[in-house]
Amino acid sequence: MGTLDPSGTVALNKASVQKSDDAAGFYALGDKLVDDKAPTGPIKDRWTNRKFENRLVNPANRRKLSVIIVGTGLAGASAGATLGEAGYHVKTFFYQDSPRRAHSIAAQGGINAAKNYMEDGDSTFRLFYDTVKGGDYRSRESNVYRLAEVSANIIDQCVAQGVPFARDYGGLLDNRSFGGVQVSRTFYARGQTGQQLLIGAYQALERQVAAGTVEAYSRHEMLELIVADGRARGIVARDMVTGEIETHLADVVVLASGGYGNVFFLSTNAMGCNVTATWRAHRKGAYMANPCYTQIHPTCIPVSGDHQSKLTLMSESLRNDGRIWVPKDRADRDKDPRQIPEEDRDYYLERIYPAFGNLVPRDIASRAAKYQCDDGKGVGPGGLGVYLDFADAIARLGRDAVEAKYGNLFDMYQRITGENPYEVPMRIYPAVHYVMGGLWVDYDLQSNVPGLFVTGEANFSDHGANRLGASALMQGLADGYFVLPNTIREYLADGPFDKLDEAHPAVAEARANVEDRLGRLLAIGGERSADSYHKELGHIMWEYCGMERTKEGLTLAIEKIRALKQDFWSNLRVLGTADSLNQSLEKAGRVADFMELGELMCIDALNRRESCGGHFRAESQTEDGEALRHDDEFAYVAAWEFGGGADGEPMGTPVLHKEDLIYTAIEMKQRSYK
Amino acid sequence: MKLTLKIWRQPDSAAKGAMHTYQLNDVSPDMSFLEMLDVLNEDLNAKGEEPIAFDSDCREGICGMCGLMINGQAHGPEVTTTCQLHMRSFKDGDVITIEPWRADAFPVLKDLCVDRGAFDRIIQQGGFISANTGSAPEANNLPVNKADADRAFNVATCIGCGACVAACPNGSASLFMAAKITHLGLLPQGQPERETRVVNMVAQHDHEGFGGCTNIGECAAACPKEIPLDVISQLNKDLRTAIKRGH
Amino acid sequence: MATTTLVKGARGSRSTVALKLLMAGSGLIFIGFVLMHMYGNLKMFAGHDAFNTYAEHLRTFGEPMLPRTGLLWVLRIVLIVSLLLHAYSAFILWGRANGARSQRYAVKKNLASSLSSRMMRWGGVTLLLFIIWHLLNFTIGKINVAGGATNDPYNLVVDSFGTWWLTIIYLVAMVALGMHLHHGTWSAMQTLGFTGTEAARRRAKTAGWLVALVVAGGFSLVPLAVLFSLITK
Ligand SMILES: Cc1cc2nc3c(=O)[nH]c(=O)nc-3n(C[C@H](O)[C@H](O)[C@H](O)COP(=O)(O)OP(=O)(O)OC[C@H]3O[C@@H](n4cnc5c(N)ncnc54)[C@H](O)[C@@H]3O)c2cc1C
Ligand code: HEM
Ligand code: HEM
Ligand code: SF4
Ligand code: F3S
Ligand code: FES
Repeated sequence: MGTLDPSGTVALNKASVQKSDDAAGFYALGDKLVDDKAPTGPIKDRWTNRKFENRLVNPANRRKLSVIIVGTGLAGASAGATLGEAGYHVKTFFYQDSPRRAHSIAAQGGINAAKNYMEDGDSTFRLFYDTVKGGDYRSRESNVYRLAEVSANIIDQCVAQGVPFARDYGGLLDNRSFGGVQVSRTFYARGQTGQQLLIGAYQALERQVAAGTVEAYSRHEMLELIVADGRARGIVARDMVTGEIETHLADVVVLASGGYGNVFFLSTNAMGCNVTATWRAHRKGAYMANPCYTQIHPTCIPVSGDHQSKLTLMSESLRNDGRIWVPKDRADRDKDPRQIPEEDRDYYLERIYPAFGNLVPRDIASRAAKYQCDDGKGVGPGGLGVYLDFADAIARLGRDAVEAKYGNLFDMYQRITGENPYEVPMRIYPAVHYVMGGLWVDYDLQSNVPGLFVTGEANFSDHGANRLGASALMQGLADGYFVLPNTIREYLADGPFDKLDEAHPAVAEARANVEDRLGRLLAIGGERSADSYHKELGHIMWEYCGMERTKEGLTLAIEKIRALKQDFWSNLRVLGTADSLNQSLEKAGRVADFMELGELMCIDALNRRESCGGHFRAESQTEDGEALRHDDEFAYVAAWEFGGGADGEPMGTPVLHKEDLIYTAIEMKQRSYK
Repeated sequence: MKLTLKIWRQPDSAAKGAMHTYQLNDVSPDMSFLEMLDVLNEDLNAKGEEPIAFDSDCREGICGMCGLMINGQAHGPEVTTTCQLHMRSFKDGDVITIEPWRADAFPVLKDLCVDRGAFDRIIQQGGFISANTGSAPEANNLPVNKADADRAFNVATCIGCGACVAACPNGSASLFMAAKITHLGLLPQGQPERETRVVNMVAQHDHEGFGGCTNIGECAAACPKEIPLDVISQLNKDLRTAIKRGH
Repeated sequence: MATTTLVKGARGSRSTVALKLLMAGSGLIFIGFVLMHMYGNLKMFAGHDAFNTYAEHLRTFGEPMLPRTGLLWVLRIVLIVSLLLHAYSAFILWGRANGARSQRYAVKKNLASSLSSRMMRWGGVTLLLFIIWHLLNFTIGKINVAGGATNDPYNLVVDSFGTWWLTIIYLVAMVALGMHLHHGTWSAMQTLGFTGTEAARRRAKTAGWLVALVVAGGFSLVPLAVLFSLITK
């Protein structure tokens, strides 16, 4: 496998021209967007050249340059540690009590890297190719190639920090294959890879805190971005313990605030994951790209009741030995599954996809489960679940072998559901897991607002319409350790910028805005809790902007969200005060932002009348019900500009800027799993 | 099920707190412990009483954010985190006492939330390997004996929840600190800083006001990640060696 | 006591762990001493002369290289210094531990700790009081509660334990000692860093039981034997 066009100049596809216009009336079309930092030339030289072209900052000047980083997940902590080491003055912000608790800690499976330790034909180009293909050709090839290129350095870096990756008996690093790819390139630390990587980055960050180059602001929530004289220059943050509103100014602002999957209320994300940091930046002019691209994971523990606060992911590996089925007859839904004879079970994945069976990709497995449940065959509470049955595996391999392979997952399942999966089939259901959308950034990871950089899951950059397993960790660390430190110099070489003071109108306005908004949330004095609104929003999103989206559904969802938002701002009840630790107030602010984001996600989904990756439009499928892409219409990044509107008021019409996706190294293909 | 909850309420760190009693009538055994508190908070909010503040984030037992003293046991009656504890571990009519972690080094911020910043400062004092970005050698240049690598992983699973401190009669953070010292001390990359690491981390531990360890062992029993007591022995040994070598 | 500052110029020797090392070191010396002492006491069973000869031998050991009672004094000094260090460290750590949790729990369960481990401090104080009385009894004051002779060690012991309440005091002290050693032996091993594996930890815990039973049991034999008239003048 090699580059189709080694010179990197011959385009393999034409810019797309959209013919459909489902979202007419909900948006305005803006100018085309061009990534002016995008390098050209042979794909394998692009990053090297870019690093060289970017100006350097003399070490003596670095002390005078200040950087604000919001977020200490893999993306933020690695960037903080690296920029601190380099000698910049860094301030990091995070809402938890310690940087080590960022949501990245929960990642289980592993991290990809093109080390080719297994000598199984892996290479930078293959990782690049798999990632672009996995993303259903909706990502930029230069970015993805760079990601694959630095992936190997990540492993070196982490091992040097003491990250205890799994090793073989010879003492060398072990790899496994993951997410349906044919090579073993996933590095892992049992089922806790994210934890170990994050702790490595966290420790490197704490080392810089001790060295005095990084200041860490724990329990601080960013509530506003400060844009002064056309540049991002700081943030307004709330000290979540004292309630104090603080302004922090710097030469550059980096958002590494993670993903917004919690817009669905129930997701595998941590409770505090939010869109506030990026949404506030969006309201200040930063474009939000592809917001509707959501990844839904098929093997999660189903909802057990109304009280459910979040969902738990179970490793995809379970599908290797478990067989998925539902009762053929709806009447059998509530029967003990062990009493249902073989002939009354429908192993629907094996039936529909005989070639791949239970191992079809995440989105297909998720959708198939949804269809069964929509058809009234779902099992468990609320009929939202399908069986994942290990009876055959236990009969074939023996209980001990199954236990050795999946014991810890079975234990976790039992702890949460109280059912013994060795005896009774597990129940699983899909859940929101990751968002590919995020703030738009150029090749340098800079948003369209100068001085605002965005890294990790918070940006949209590398995964296209679907992310491969074990690639989010790779992207977070690539951004933080290797990409951002090299691209931010180009921007900082012009600094330090004029000193701003608190009296600057942009600063005062941002601050006043935050105070005003908090005051309003507290003053509504209505009946309903923020949590109840969040739940309702989640239901709308899941129903209409979840696994399968239709024009009617999305249009209805927009209407419902708008009504919900109006009710929120008139009937919310937040008790307590603004000047103390107040978790209801924190929550209310986040829910308010989620509602606006939800609306934009629906508009984006409505406009994209094609099925690609995690986005499935019922109107765009093949005859046998598979996803159908429209490269001629939609091979573009949808970057949305905020349409205006004060907090609590209806949002103005968002403006769509399209960035064409042009490939020189890979040809676009339609995927098939039958 | 019906439950009686006795919960510590304290408006802020300066204020004096007290136990308050609440009643919940409709608790499902499938709820997690924190979901049960969510339900109580919804109730309180509806009644116009300020909800109870408690910390959690991942609710998957990995971030270490949650942590409550439940009926006198850190994280409650099972070997797991508070967020992974489910109500089926209790029965109808139970009285449950819920308190925050108590340690002077972990001041209460509000109700059940405490400040565990002391842990970060202990890590700042050497709980790392100094490896500047970009300077790392090829990862497979230095093989690590599998037994050591596995053990390093096992002790590296500490989630920094603070249950060890909460459970220790001396309010000692030895288990937390020792887990890190053992993790890094088992790896070849961790050797150059091994002696200064233990000396500085222990000094910070003492400075934060944690008690000294007298090998009582409540910490390991409370640890949701089952970090074994051996690590404290390792810490002591490393410190002894460091003193011998003049640190 | 929360702080936000970082310690500068830390020294290993000024840490709580260093104090613990002192306690472990002195504790081991005590263990050695009580084992020897207990063994010596058993000579009571060999009769009046054997025991007195042994007591005398302790004083003349090493003569003429050392002056009379020379070795005994070396031993005494080691013990006194150890006791001072042991008690000093104990009280400092005790104070720290109290300061580490000034607000107590309303409900607190103990899951894994032994009663011995939780009784170390009060047990230690009990031992301290016992030692003071014991020295007055047999070495410094040579108090004979029965009013008999005080210059004959064997007879002094028999007279003392012929008195039921004194025997009881001793037996209570032996329970305290047994508990102190039960936890103390394993604890010293852990503090010195010899229990880095699960197996080593189990061995150290077994050693704790053994030392406790041998020492407390061994010491108790003489008072009981006197009480039940197995040993007489
Ligand atoms: C259960 C689960 C398993 C996964 N497993 C894998 C896997 O095996 N492999 C893989 O590659 N990926 C996996 N992922 C995805 C991956 O974990 C995430 O995409 C990635 O960790 C995101 O990292 P991040 O640094 O961008 O953001 P995060 O880790 O989410 O960090 C966000 C940071 O921003 C801070 N923050 C957020 N908002 C604010 C605000 N308003 N003010 C101040 N601070 C704020 C937070 O405090 C936090 O520090 C998994 C995800 C989940 C949910
Ligand atoms: C029933 C148990 C015990 C008996 C019968 C006993 C008996 C004696 C006797 C007879 C002496 C005087 C020896 C002499 O002067 O030659 C003595 C001395 C002493 N005993 Fe005990 N003893 C007992 C337990 C203990 C214990 C438990 C301790 C310590 C924890 C202890 C510590 C000492 C010390 C320090 C001396 C002084 C040694 C010296 O410096 O002369 N004894 N004991
Ligand atoms: C002055 C009176 C004493 C006090 C206040 C005291 C107190 C203590 C305390 C608080 C500990 C630490 C507990 C622990 O580590 O869990 C300890 C340990 C110990 N004590 Fe004592 N003690 C005293 C006398 C003695 C005596 C007389 C002996 C032996 C006969 C003894 C033997 C030990 C041993 C072996 C240890 C274990 C050391 C270690 O923990 O590392 N102590 N003591
Ligand atoms: S050692 Fe165990 S109890 Fe202590 S902080 Fe770590 S995980 Fe929590
Ligand atoms: S309970 Fe405490 S005394 Fe030591 S062994 Fe554990 S830290
Ligand atoms: S909330 Fe993360 S461990 Fe409990």
